[in-house]
Amino acid sequence: MRLYAVVAAGGFRRYATYRIATVAGVFTNTVFGFIMAYTYTALWDERPRLGGYDMSQALTYVWLGQALLMTCAMMGGGFEDELMERIRTGDVAVDLYRPIDLQLWWLAGDLGRAAFHLLGRGIMPMLLGSFAFDLALPTSPGIWPAFLVSVALGVVVSFAIRYLVALSAFWLMDGAGAAQIAFLAGMFFSGLLLPLNLFPGLLGEVARALPWSALLQVPADVFLGRHTGWGLVRAYGFQAGWALALLSVGRLLQSAATRRVVVQGG
Amino acid sequence: MAEVVDVAVAEGSAVVFASRSRLVEGVRAYGLIAAMWLRSTMAYRASFVMTAVGNFAATAFDFVAIMLMFSHVDVLGGYTLPEIALLYGVSGTAFGLADLAMGSMDRLGRRVRDGTLDTLLVRPVPVLAQVAADRFALRRLGRISQGLLVLGYALVTLDIGWTALKVVMVPLMLLSGAAIFAAVFVAGAAFQFFAQDASEVQNSFTYGGNTLLQYPPTIFAKDLVRGVTFVVPLAFVNWLPALYVLGRDYPLGLPDWVAFLPPVVAGLCWVAAGLAWRAGLRAYRSTGS
Repeated sequence: MRLYAVVAAGGFRRYATYRIATVAGVFTNTVFGFIMAYTYTALWDERPRLGGYDMSQALTYVWLGQALLMTCAMMGGGFEDELMERIRTGDVAVDLYRPIDLQLWWLAGDLGRAAFHLLGRGIMPMLLGSFAFDLALPTSPGIWPAFLVSVALGVVVSFAIRYLVALSAFWLMDGAGAAQIAFLAGMFFSGLLLPLNLFPGLLGEVARALPWSALLQVPADVFLGRHTGWGLVRAYGFQAGWALALLSVGRLLQSAATRRVVVQGG
Repeated sequence: MAEVVDVAVAEGSAVVFASRSRLVEGVRAYGLIAAMWLRSTMAYRASFVMTAVGNFAATAFDFVAIMLMFSHVDVLGGYTLPEIALLYGVSGTAFGLADLAMGSMDRLGRRVRDGTLDTLLVRPVPVLAQVAADRFALRRLGRISQGLLVLGYALVTLDIGWTALKVVMVPLMLLSGAAIFAAVFVAGAAFQFFAQDASEVQNSFTYGGNTLLQYPPTIFAKDLVRGVTFVVPLAFVNWLPALYVLGRDYPLGLPDWVAFLPPVVAGLCWVAAGLAWRAGLRAYRSTGS
């Protein structure tokens, strides 16, 4: 356990090294936040209370999306490129020799990365957005910790998806195709472009049931106070359920792949 | 002695023709490097098709999001879906063309950091051409075809009173728009000579600018519209010329003739970007690694 804490701290420190890149990232998130906030304003001007959000809730949703974009790695990014490269070159064989659990090792590092991105690239754009727009910040203090739990669960779901993407390299050798599909699905089905509440009919129902909604839609709704009491428990259950299911599939694939590595001789 | 004189004469004329031949040389080098990457891409055709489709789909989702918005409303900022499709199609296609030609420029910061820029400096070929053509990615045709498809939809659906000027305006704004975006790519790369880690700042102006232009100017704050008209003149990519085609009011109460300025603005952008690039290249100090 101690070891994984050290790995997580390492993941945090690693991203904390890139200070100028972080500032540049904050700038980009803020620019996109502004553009989206104006488009949402036009949309909610036309249809107030669309999707059950009022104007300030919709604007808050925009800035939450920018704040969590890197934290929940909605469009991919983080460890999976590195793991895929290690699989392609065969370096992964060395990792498998280590007295650690491969999946937990990468998860710990990714949690550290997410924690840095939440602080480094989450708070600042949100703050800048709240100066320019009327945001609906939580009124009851209990919502903040509830939100953080939901974000943490979102990060685990995101990790589990990207772990599967990375493992695909064992079979495909080149994981670029899988990474691209995950990028597209993450961008669209997390609700980054448009809240999933606004997706019509069956498409909406499917989108809200898919794991990607755990990355932004669910944490955002927790932040906006739409999940309270048993609703909050259900939201957590949804996220945790997907996390467990996807992590288990990852574990199965990992053991299948490990046998493959041994057969190939690494 | 005669040899020395010959060399001196040759050098003299080389200086006179330097700027012209540098340009020709740069374009030629660009073509050669791009062709090399093209051959390498075509070695794996299935992979090329998949990445091109992915490139198409990645941009198509933006438009799907706009269509989903229009499942709830009839107008956005006073504009209908086909009108927004015109703005979207022009910006998307122009950006796609610039991305195809210059999209690799954002890797400059990484090259400065890891020292591989030094390799390019010792070759007798303009650095700009080498950086721009590096990893020339034909898959970016996916983005262009998506933009053209949306533009086609807009032109078929819209009821425009076509005049000769309006017809000419369509290819004109695509090309000038591409040139403006390309200048932004070059200027952004020049900025990375100074701030090597900051390629994301460039993304805000390129990808962010493209996203901004996909919506009508009526939905943005006046100051933002002023900024992309007079500071980073992205408004000339599609807003001003496309609003002329649509017969709509220009933002900021600008006069009619500004719709015809895109080629001029594109030229000015290129001069500015060229100067920035030179300043950056001159300030470059190798990391030594």
